[in-house]
Amino acid sequence: MGGYNWNWPILLKDPYFGWIVSGFGNTWLLAVLAWAIAFPLGSVVGILRTADSRALRLIGTAYVELFRNIPLLVQMFLWYYVVPELLPADWGRWVKREMPYPQFITALICLGLYSASRVAEQVRSGIEAIPQGQRFAAMAIGLTPVQVYRYVLIPVAYRIIVPPLTSDFLGVFKNSSLALTIGVLELTSQARQIEEYTFAAFEAFATATVLYCLVTGLVIVLMRGVEKRSRIAGTIAVGAQ
Amino acid sequence: MFSVFDVAVLQRALPFLWNGMRLTLQLTTMAVAGGLALGLVLAVMRLSSVRPLTWLVAAYVNFLRSMPLILVIFWFYTLVPKIIGRSVSGFDSVLIAFIMFEAAYYSEIIRAGISSLRRDQISAALALGLTRIQAMRYVVLPQAIRNMIPVLLTQSIVMFQDTSLVYVVGLRDFLTSADIVASRDNRPIEMYLTVALVFLIICFSASRLVNKLRRRYAL
Amino acid sequence: MITLSHVSKWYGSFRVLDDCSMAIAKGEVVVICGPSGSGKSTLIKCINGLEPFSKGHITVDGISVGDKSTNLPKLRSRIGMVFQNFELFPHMTATDNIVLAQQKVLNRDRATARAKSEELLARMGLSEHAQKYPSQLSGGQQQRVAIARALAMDPIAMLFDEPTSALDPEMITEVLDVMVQLALDGMTMAVVTHEMGFARKVAHRVVFMDQGAIVEDAPKEEFFGTPRSERAQLFLSKILQH
Repeated sequence: MGGYNWNWPILLKDPYFGWIVSGFGNTWLLAVLAWAIAFPLGSVVGILRTADSRALRLIGTAYVELFRNIPLLVQMFLWYYVVPELLPADWGRWVKREMPYPQFITALICLGLYSASRVAEQVRSGIEAIPQGQRFAAMAIGLTPVQVYRYVLIPVAYRIIVPPLTSDFLGVFKNSSLALTIGVLELTSQARQIEEYTFAAFEAFATATVLYCLVTGLVIVLMRGVEKRSRIAGTIAVGAQ
Repeated sequence: MFSVFDVAVLQRALPFLWNGMRLTLQLTTMAVAGGLALGLVLAVMRLSSVRPLTWLVAAYVNFLRSMPLILVIFWFYTLVPKIIGRSVSGFDSVLIAFIMFEAAYYSEIIRAGISSLRRDQISAALALGLTRIQAMRYVVLPQAIRNMIPVLLTQSIVMFQDTSLVYVVGLRDFLTSADIVASRDNRPIEMYLTVALVFLIICFSASRLVNKLRRRYAL
Repeated sequence: MITLSHVSKWYGSFRVLDDCSMAIAKGEVVVICGPSGSGKSTLIKCINGLEPFSKGHITVDGISVGDKSTNLPKLRSRIGMVFQNFELFPHMTATDNIVLAQQKVLNRDRATARAKSEELLARMGLSEHAQKYPSQLSGGQQQRVAIARALAMDPIAMLFDEPTSALDPEMITEVLDVMVQLALDGMTMAVVTHEMGFARKVAHRVVFMDQGAIVEDAPKEEFFGTPRSERAQLFLSKILQH
């Protein structure tokens, strides 16, 4: 790489250092809040897909198929450029003019709803991995369908899917980078901005890369701890593709 | 709501959009081919008994899977020209980025496909007097490939969607072309909804086909 | 024909096999039994080199199994092995399962291999299933095809690793019948099994293993009459209940 002037110290200078910190913080904020939406919503949709009622299953399937067959970036644009136009006039105006942090919130909703479809798939495969006999046994002692889910299926299913859920959370973390296309100043966008201002491409991207890798490693280690504590003997982890 | 949807805009933009789609398809097929080839090499290396090799591949795979694809695209887009020493077309840089990225995922799928075979299947083949290579060729690979193909296809459909990320470096794929028209003519609704619909139809049908394939040929 | 001499195997600090010695003469049928985890599966897999062992010697027809210069695939082609889970190759028909090794290892031409396959399947009464895939066959049928697959190589000895443990009760008989006939025809056999009825019928000797060691090795009548070791007695009393 002849002719490249290395310039690591520049990353420690203002405002670049501040950019990295705020970018990293935004990435975390976006990911965690999106997960806070995705996890409960995805669980509901996942459970719907295992329901006895065909109508409920169809709703769940429609949700998942809709969100997984459109690229996330396209969804981002739809939420940011199209949805405000399609809302009733007053709401549209509020969203476009008065809503605080419009890019962040839009990215949050987009990422949250998309990730919910992934969580739904994991929850579904977790529940389906439980032998049918468990369901029958629970019903045979008189539990209602809701109780069957609450006391028998869900506790086991969630423990089984800890590993693939972890990887889905990391997916949310990585997908937060797409928010840069609508102007959210998360980590990757800040790295790019530094590159544009200082031409220290390698240093800027390397920093972002290291931070992503660190987070991935940290989350995986944490989740291994969670999995170990919550493991039930005799079950093997499963996951949806 | 539909009074805002102007079909004429769409019609005018069709040739431009089609060019974008051609780039998307080109990028997808070349990245799938390259990613599969590299992924196969990586998987073989990982399954070998050479310790440094398995470690190297594991590090590569884990490294690439820790980063967002956008960042990988930025990396290769800015660094490939610097490494090669001359200017490279955006398409080529991005293609390399995709190949390197997807190979990590493909290699894991291939590796899982091969190691998912029960150990005693290999034992049974060896017990008959087949050499390791013969066992691989006649017993392990035929089964592994049949198991792998649906998953590889699914991953390729994901890649087809991922190509939309070339937007960040301005490459004129399907989405970016639509975006250009949307800004130029100020008609975001028609353009983005069309893109969404096209992807929805293509990907949904493709995944249905893969499911059918899986059910028919599953071992 | 088959000799094991002071064979030991360990994983780290865990001893899987502990100084095992035994011999199987030509035409002899030896049944190996014992509680689960006693190492009997591992022992039998050491005989054809599928499992490596840490110490000791094993020879088959004069050839040393542990020797680095031994051509293992060639040796294995002369020993037949039948597995607990049948392990037919699911992507091939019954016939193709039997033909594969004949062609690729013994270099027989396809016509000869097919003829042999048909003959063996006919002997087992499975001719009409020749073109079926394993998933279309019952467990008992699959295991008999597996035995045919091993016999097609004209082995000098046959190893059986719990051949009926994975079968439904009503199918155990059809497989045992094939094995009994094999024994009566003079095949050298080492059989890991819980089926004591089979042992009483055709075994010459019974070997009892516990925790990796051979605890008892006696002619059939002696073993069932008055087993010497306490552990063997305990084991037999539990098994012979039903």
